[in-house]
Amino acid sequence: MSHTIDLATATTRELNSALQAASKVTPKQNWTVHNPGGGHTLAVGLDGDVDVTIDGHVGYYCAGMNQRANVTITGNAGPGVAENMMSGQVRIKGNASQYAGATAHGGLLVVEGSASSRCGISMKGVDIVVHGSIGHMSAFMAQSGRLVVCGDAGDALGDSIYEARIYVRGEVASLGADCVEQPLEQIHRDELAQLLTNAGAVGVDVGDFRRYGSARELYHFKVDNAHAY
Amino acid sequence: MCGIVGLFAKNPEFEHDLGRYFAPMLLEMTDRGPDSAGFAVYRDAVSGTEHKVTLLATGDLSWREFEVAAESANVGFERIVVHDNHAVIVVAGDTEPFIAWVRGAYADLRVLSSGVAIEIFKACGIPEQVIERFGVNSMKASHALGHTRMATESAITTEHSHPFSTGDDLCLVHNGSLSNHNRLRRDLERRGVHFSTDNDSEVAAGYLTWRLREGDSLEQALTHAIADLDGFYTFAVGTRDGFAVLRDPVACKPAVLAETDHWVAMASEYRALAGLPGAASARLWEPEPGRIYSWEHADSRASA
Repeated sequence: MSHTIDLATATTRELNSALQAASKVTPKQNWTVHNPGGGHTLAVGLDGDVDVTIDGHVGYYCAGMNQRANVTITGNAGPGVAENMMSGQVRIKGNASQYAGATAHGGLLVVEGSASSRCGISMKGVDIVVHGSIGHMSAFMAQSGRLVVCGDAGDALGDSIYEARIYVRGEVASLGADCVEQPLEQIHRDELAQLLTNAGAVGVDVGDFRRYGSARELYHFKVDNAHAY
Repeated sequence: MCGIVGLFAKNPEFEHDLGRYFAPMLLEMTDRGPDSAGFAVYRDAVSGTEHKVTLLATGDLSWREFEVAAESANVGFERIVVHDNHAVIVVAGDTEPFIAWVRGAYADLRVLSSGVAIEIFKACGIPEQVIERFGVNSMKASHALGHTRMATESAITTEHSHPFSTGDDLCLVHNGSLSNHNRLRRDLERRGVHFSTDNDSEVAAGYLTWRLREGDSLEQALTHAIADLDGFYTFAVGTRDGFAVLRDPVACKPAVLAETDHWVAMASEYRALAGLPGAASARLWEPEPGRIYSWEHADSRASA
């Protein structure tokens, strides 16, 4: 069933209450949100199977804490989109501002444009696919999950990374501490192909990517350093 | 947190309505900065050798008595337009004798701006009150730059509010915080830069004033600022013919730029731009870290 809500008249709280309730209803509902106007915390805390399309640009923390829901933003997203997402899918047709997908535990975040700095900071299991490029300090302290970038990556990619696999097709301005290039094995090609397909990134050759990950030098205790304690 | 907005008209029709579009931008940034608000507006450029000075009265002052005193002081005073506790004074020739006289004779007057077109207004309180008080909605201007302040580094007073003047027809608004402002302030004071407050943003303005006085172009001054200012910032600098935007290399503080055939705008967030005509289809982007963007007249350009 198709529903609409207009933020020219409805409040953010009314929107989120309606969407959270809709996410608990079967059969699955389809919602369109008009006039987001760069508003904050739109479509947050959804916990169930619902399709939401936000028609326009959103501000801070859109689709935060998402579980199972499928949220599409037709414009750009402000800082912290899909922060702490647990599952489901968030898709941004435009660009995303800083810390997209921060601390997210699961699900798929797709940015069809580019994402700015700190994309996937402290990611904990989410898959992030960016059709364009990402800014500096992306995947900082990444713990788990996959970050795929079809364009370029900014400075200090994967700084202090624990675990997480990063795939970049273009240039990497610089790698952060303990982030190193690693071989692209068949298993990685397979998962990359699957992620690109899921994200609708067509015409992208898996073989053009390089893989980056943790050298595991920072977070394992080294006996040579015992005297320092 | 603070909010920054800037709006620049690309044609005379838009100039006519600039205040009507600028006021809601400032209003939208209320929850980023409810402590005080201020703006610089570029309008009614004086001609020939005339200059404008904006004054703020921090105490009780009769502008009528001030006018009489200024007329007899032989400091080039020509005319005065009073806006509440602010006044825009037009002087013949250089502003220096007039400003020196004001500073000597009136301890509770502050010089907010000087130049050919710039006027600066600011006050404590929510942006709505400031917009009302200074008639922002009816302003006709080529461009305007505004700030809503949520104080983190120093007191909430009108003098601590933005914009800060950085020289003739120049001003600065800042979202962020500087960590080396005390040392910089001492250095700049030794070089003769005048400060009215302990505000960190005023130091950034003083720094630019000093660099420009040393002969830097605005772009060179901002390039030096990247090296010498330690902290977080999105700066917007108002100039005689436009404005410039710079984010620090770490770029924690937000900024969005937008451009159509009729206007160029910047704001801390898109929502401040959403009400502009054609915003939904405007070219929109985030300024890159450590990169200077500037606009003059209808010509837009960016440099690394």
